Amino acid sequence: MASGAQSPSEIVQHHLQHLTVSFGDGGFWTLNIDTLIFSWITGLIFIGIFYAAARKATSGVPGNLQNFVEILVEFADRSVADAFSGKRDFMGPLALTIFVWVLVWNLLDLLPVDWMPSLAAAMGIEYLRIVPSADMNATFGLSLSVLLLIVFYGIKGKGAGGYGREWLTHPFGSHWALIPANVLMNLVELIAKPVSLGMRLFGNLYAAEIIFILIALLPWWIQWIPGTAWAIFHILVIPLQAFLFMTLTIVYISLAYESH
Amino acid sequence: MGINLTLIGQGITFFVFILFTMKFVWPHVSKAMAERQRKIAEGLSAAERGSHELELAKKAALEELRKARQQAAEIVEQANRTSAELIEKARAEAREAAEREHAAGKAQLEQEIGQARANLRKEVVALALAGASKILEREVDAKAHQQMLDKLAAQL
Repeated sequence: MASGAQSPSEIVQHHLQHLTVSFGDGGFWTLNIDTLIFSWITGLIFIGIFYAAARKATSGVPGNLQNFVEILVEFADRSVADAFSGKRDFMGPLALTIFVWVLVWNLLDLLPVDWMPSLAAAMGIEYLRIVPSADMNATFGLSLSVLLLIVFYGIKGKGAGGYGREWLTHPFGSHWALIPANVLMNLVELIAKPVSLGMRLFGNLYAAEIIFILIALLPWWIQWIPGTAWAIFHILVIPLQAFLFMTLTIVYISLAYESH
Repeated sequence: MGINLTLIGQGITFFVFILFTMKFVWPHVSKAMAERQRKIAEGLSAAERGSHELELAKKAALEELRKARQQAAEIVEQANRTSAELIEKARAEAREAAEREHAAGKAQLEQEIGQARANLRKEVVALALAGASKILEREVDAKAHQQMLDKLAAQL
């Protein structure tokens, strides 16, 4: 480690600093450039590969790339079809995008924690965090978009009146005195969904990243033992979290879309 | 740490990616998959139809074979019968011809015998006449007559 003079807590702190650009006063008006750039890069890789396969897609014998892409497309399509009864021409791409994008985000966590920051430091960039899913902004960016979609599909499935009526009369009953309780309950229910989605993904990946950073603090000759063990365990977590995010998104949207 | 503008950037990026996927990836891939599915289904049903037809053809072929065999047997039997008939007929004809020939021969023989007899008689008569004339020209020698008559009788 190049920065041998720093204390361990300083190193951890340093690793958890985002590369930011500020646009105004207050903490909100900043952009985490590293998160954005790495999520764009991973997203463009995803889109590039899938677009390349889709452009040359043949109904004959598929090549390796097309086969791979088709497996993922079919997986997403099946996952949506299992829970969602409406048309899948938006829901399918949504599920596919979530799954693959989050999966590639999470995979970045398997790169040794010092590589990219050291490379960035060599180029004069002080802070760099490459795993978008270990940034709350990325996971909540996704889950709040899902929140919008939940509301949109609720209105689409039941009509504006039907969706509004559900807010007022569900789950306790249609008596007027119950309206406040119903609204409160629905509000909690609605907010809980994106919070749990975003927190689950963020928490898993953030914790994993911290553990990788801590492992990197160990002497170099011992790092491979806990590092390997944690990486192998993490290989299970990576697709699982991507899958959970996709599945829960589908379930939430279909719950809003379909009448109970 | 903490929530900032990045969140909105991520949200926008997310929708852009979804829309791109929806426009340029999903339709092509699922179209190709549906198309292939249809092709496979068609292929399977064609294969099934083919095997069904094969079975039918096999059955038909067996039936044809059986018919052909039966026909061949019939033909052979017919041929046997015809040949037996022919042989029998030829035999009968031959026998008949032989009998006819035989009868004709016999008739001819009898005719020839009759002819010979008639000739002989004629000759006998001629001889008798010659003898008689000789007798009449010469002196009658009983013994000589007797001798001549004996010879005549022997010639008859």
